[in-house]
Amino acid sequence: MNSAVLPQAITSEQRARAVGTGLWLFIGVATTLFSLFLVAYGMRMDAADWSPIAMPWPLWLSTALLLTGSVLMHRAGRAARAGRPEAARRLLLAGGAAAMAFLGSQLWAWQALIDARVVLAGNPAASFFYVLTALHGLHVVGGLLAWSVAVPALAPALADEPSATWRIELCARYWHFLLVVWVVLFAALGWLTPEIVRFICGRG
Amino acid sequence: MAYADTEEILHDPHTFITKYVWSQDHKVIAVQYASIAILVGLLGLALSNLMRLQIGFPGVFEFINAERYYQFVTMHGMIMVIYLLTALFLGGFGNYMIPLMVGARDMVFPYMNMLSVWVYLLSVIVLLASFFVPGGPTGSGWTLYPPAAILPGTPGHDWGIILMLVSLVIFIVATTMGGLNYVTTVLQARCEGMTLLRMPLTVWGIFVATILALLAFPALFVSGVMMLLDKTLGTSFFMPALVSMGQVTGYKGGSPLLFQHLFWFFGHPEVYIVALPAFGIVSDLISVHARKAIFGYRTMVWAIVIIGALSFVVWAHHMFVSGMNPWFGFFFATSTLIIAVPTAIKVYNWVLTLWRGDIHLSVPMLFTLAFILTFLSGGLTGLFLGNVSVDIPLSGTYFVVAHFHMVMGVAPLLVVFGAIYHWFPKVTGRMLDDRLGHFHFWVTFIGTYLIYFPMHYLGVLGMPRRYYNYENYQFIPASAHSLNVFITVVALFVGAVQLVYVFNLVWSTFRGRKADPNPWRACSLEWATPDTPPKHGNWGAKLPVVSRWAYAFNVPGAKQDFIMQNAALDAGGVEEQPKSYGASS
Repeated sequence: MNSAVLPQAITSEQRARAVGTGLWLFIGVATTLFSLFLVAYGMRMDAADWSPIAMPWPLWLSTALLLTGSVLMHRAGRAARAGRPEAARRLLLAGGAAAMAFLGSQLWAWQALIDARVVLAGNPAASFFYVLTALHGLHVVGGLLAWSVAVPALAPALADEPSATWRIELCARYWHFLLVVWVVLFAALGWLTPEIVRFICGRG
Repeated sequence: MAYADTEEILHDPHTFITKYVWSQDHKVIAVQYASIAILVGLLGLALSNLMRLQIGFPGVFEFINAERYYQFVTMHGMIMVIYLLTALFLGGFGNYMIPLMVGARDMVFPYMNMLSVWVYLLSVIVLLASFFVPGGPTGSGWTLYPPAAILPGTPGHDWGIILMLVSLVIFIVATTMGGLNYVTTVLQARCEGMTLLRMPLTVWGIFVATILALLAFPALFVSGVMMLLDKTLGTSFFMPALVSMGQVTGYKGGSPLLFQHLFWFFGHPEVYIVALPAFGIVSDLISVHARKAIFGYRTMVWAIVIIGALSFVVWAHHMFVSGMNPWFGFFFATSTLIIAVPTAIKVYNWVLTLWRGDIHLSVPMLFTLAFILTFLSGGLTGLFLGNVSVDIPLSGTYFVVAHFHMVMGVAPLLVVFGAIYHWFPKVTGRMLDDRLGHFHFWVTFIGTYLIYFPMHYLGVLGMPRRYYNYENYQFIPASAHSLNVFITVVALFVGAVQLVYVFNLVWSTFRGRKADPNPWRACSLEWATPDTPPKHGNWGAKLPVVSRWAYAFNVPGAKQDFIMQNAALDAGGVEEQPKSYGASS
């Protein structure tokens, strides 16, 4: 190890707790970010030029893929905790692959919208759709970066590494969060109407 | 060498590059953050002096045309609020003080911490680059309100506003990386015995301010991203259908009010992101330099937490002039005034700490006392402006300029100065020069009052803010013009004297008097490091163990007038426990 890399002066158990806390905090930040976007979405809906767009069908495939990824990650965490590193490794890889397939499916949905001549600057509903799905896509990419750190920790030679278990479990937590955010976004983009917003704001 | 309390070996950085440039040591990162912030802050100061030149002597300086004036206003505001104060309090003081004060070897994510400061530098470079692009920096005012900010007619509507928004987004990434570190370190890396309610109030202030930053900056991020898209890709999030300079724009249906809500949902907590660390630091300085435990430690902690929570439900008081449902105005006026309650508790507690204290008028203490006065006068005008009916006539005048400069410009800066005089010996191992310090204090304290107090009068007189030129308005009397000349002259002098302070910083770093490890005889952990300045890893072979709070001053029967937090338990001075806990233990 060269001198530029400074190992943390904390035990690996402390490190696991610290990274776990850090992830909860990041989830808090991301929740705030998406909530504010949704509030903006609801407020913008009130304008006269609002016209909803139809949800392209690949989004349902995306949802199924993300749900699968979440389940796989959850099982990977359980397998790691139960001391089955080989199974955990396979499930972890599959969970990551599901997230990558999700991104592909999202791009497919974008293509479907563009084919239907729904463009970014065309109408506010479309603007929000592209921005929110892009942001959520970046959020998935961020998860895959963390995942790419966890995968080598699970290489067969390192299977005894104590950090492997908590890394997988944190990946699982992140994947669940990705799923929750996506379901809320999908529901809002597809089925939130100006009438519902006005009802929530007490002006129905 | 392996430390008894770590499983891993701590490698010391050996080369100059790893020690001072790509450093992961929180203390080096703190100094990097603070140095960048102070340098960019000096630019902000210079910009304010250029503005004052125009207001005091309109037309004399031909290079200050209307366009440049608005660019100076905008860049001054943004630099001071975001790139100086936020970065200095969280990135500078947060980085330096948190690990030392809670007894940790470093932040929990040192690598991310290092990234944070370099990303911050990148945001500053992007911001400054806007001075050199065609059209110059944006001149839309620091609030960047659309539609004006991105339409022709506003200076820097082309490249300036884009660079400003990109810089802000980068800054938010840096702050988030730092913020996750500070909060996690406080929650997970405190040494043995350091309960949350034994932490010095400095840590409490920075801790809660960081949580506010983590929850408030996303609002700026959201509005920044949407405005960038409106500007570059022609979406209509904020841009209504309008005709600009005779041209029909492609925008339609967007809501400028939506931007204001998002901006101020960030903008108001931002005030407390700057104020809460200042509150915390002042509490510690006052206690140390008055040799007395802080009065009402627990109420101080609760006041910080409650102020932080309330700061998220008052944002629309910045939008009274934008118009809103009267019931909303009533709600936001009420919530605004309620914040005065925990804030007043803090001021009373500071004053009660001084009561019968052994007050040492050292330079840090002078700045602390000046803060209390300045914050009080700035806060009281806040009570005026919190009322809708008073705010609407005053909002566009110099009264508001006086209010926010007093309360969130001068007051936190006085704390920054006091804190640097206080902790400089720990950071460098040398004392700042005392005579220069006194000179700097009296000029800054009296000077800022001479600058901002008359602005209240100008505001009540009706002098509008944001104007480039005040000539030929019948309602502005000649006396107001002479007052403006006076303010400008004082501002130039006070600005120049800050260079004396910078000289003091640089000179004392290398030539200052050598400092004792604990020159102010304080109790908190940062003064208990085996080395001054602390070495990499902070604590030598063994982490400290804490037995009491940080305010064990003048404990009856003790050998000295203070007991360190990590002194053995039988030295006494343990904080009082609340009755309900005391009965069972």
